[in-house]
Amino acid sequence: MDRIKNHPILDFEKNEKITISFEGREIECFRGETIVSALSVAGITTLRENVKTHRPQGLFCAIGKCSSCLMEVNGVPNVRTCIVLVEDGMTVRRQNGKGVLHED
Amino acid sequence: MKTDSFDVLVIGGGPAGLCACAELSRCGIKVLLVDEGPVLGGQLVKQTHKFFGSREHYAGVRGIEIPDKLQEEIDEKLITVYSSSTVVGIYPPNNNVLIYRDQKKVEEHSFKYIIIATGASENMILFENNDLPGIYGAGAVQTLMNQYGIIPGKNMLMVGAGNIGLIVSYQLLQAGCRVKKLIEAAPSIGGYLVHASKIIRMGIPVQTSTTILKAIGTEKVEGAITVKLDENWNQIEGTEEEIEVDTICLSVGLAPSYKLAVHAGCKQIFIRELGGMIPWRNSSQETSVNGIYIAGDACGVEEASSAMIEGRLAGLNIAKCMKRLSEKACNEKIDDNLISLDKLRSGPFGERIVEGIRKLEGKSYE
Repeated sequence: MDRIKNHPILDFEKNEKITISFEGREIECFRGETIVSALSVAGITTLRENVKTHRPQGLFCAIGKCSSCLMEVNGVPNVRTCIVLVEDGMTVRRQNGKGVLHED
Repeated sequence: MKTDSFDVLVIGGGPAGLCACAELSRCGIKVLLVDEGPVLGGQLVKQTHKFFGSREHYAGVRGIEIPDKLQEEIDEKLITVYSSSTVVGIYPPNNNVLIYRDQKKVEEHSFKYIIIATGASENMILFENNDLPGIYGAGAVQTLMNQYGIIPGKNMLMVGAGNIGLIVSYQLLQAGCRVKKLIEAAPSIGGYLVHASKIIRMGIPVQTSTTILKAIGTEKVEGAITVKLDENWNQIEGTEEEIEVDTICLSVGLAPSYKLAVHAGCKQIFIRELGGMIPWRNSSQETSVNGIYIAGDACGVEEASSAMIEGRLAGLNIAKCMKRLSEKACNEKIDDNLISLDKLRSGPFGERIVEGIRKLEGKSYE
């Protein structure tokens, strides 16, 4: 997906450029946007695998209500990536099934 | 357990929650406002269109401008905001509450009064492959394009011609996306004519009595198959049509989001006109559980304007119980808001809601 360049009503101010990692791949994004918005611009639409059917799942509601975007973020599973903002150096991985709880 | 200096917990910082905070802080009441999103305003933050109605209902103002106006009404000294935080449980009778703060650690608080203003969530409809990446709710499409500045797709199929489907189609054109077709299962367009004419003028083909049969693709959406419906809503064989799109937007209604009310033990009733199952409430917006109030889409899907008034009503009724304002002054303000709400629901599009409220008031939750 592309970023909007010109909009008749809205101005999109760009914040500081930062980098997150998705499955080991570096993705440039802007502070203030959600993990899902950064991934979408990078062309990543499959966010996790369904627990039962193992089919690919993508964004659906974008307001933290539907669980379709749960991913593993900085080693923590089941993070709703549609309402969590990117942080520099964040590690994001696709989640298979329910995810794994890591011991601290 | 934390000893709290807050009088009231407001859950949800959308139109209803912010208005509740405004009324409470005006009466000198200390509030903790918890919201899941990174910014306050709920779904208003992506509503680029101008509101309808009268001036008291923000007519002519774009939705995106309203959160700032509401926050100006709030006395910051009296309201503490936990954003990016989630209320995960309410335990009566002392209304102990668990809050997942900053999505990192759990805090426990207790409140005499709680206002649930958690909004609504999008409906899904049944069709083959409806879980493919590239199928979004209309709200998600608005979030991507109007909040984060991303074009959600190149070629879109819009499903549903209610007001949201019509408005979002227009907004997609503004963002630079091509809406290849808008389909509606009902025999006529459900939304306002003014919105419909706008998108028809812009050249988007609208097909009524048509639904989606299947999304095509394995990893993500590559197309869709639509089908015509007869007067009994049955699919007409041989009318299938394939359309090449990379995104499908579902604008097929909303359902109240009230899981927390159920968790707290609030009794529910079924009222189709208000969105199906909803927590019972009285005209003071109080649920069946003492001290727990509910306002906005969470107790019946309507509009932002009515959510705002319901939020104010919940706040004022709590101020009245807490005796922070004279009963006379409270009653006057409550009456003003009730009149304003009636006015809002008086148009032809309010008929369904008025019927729903009439059923609600005639029913006890027993």
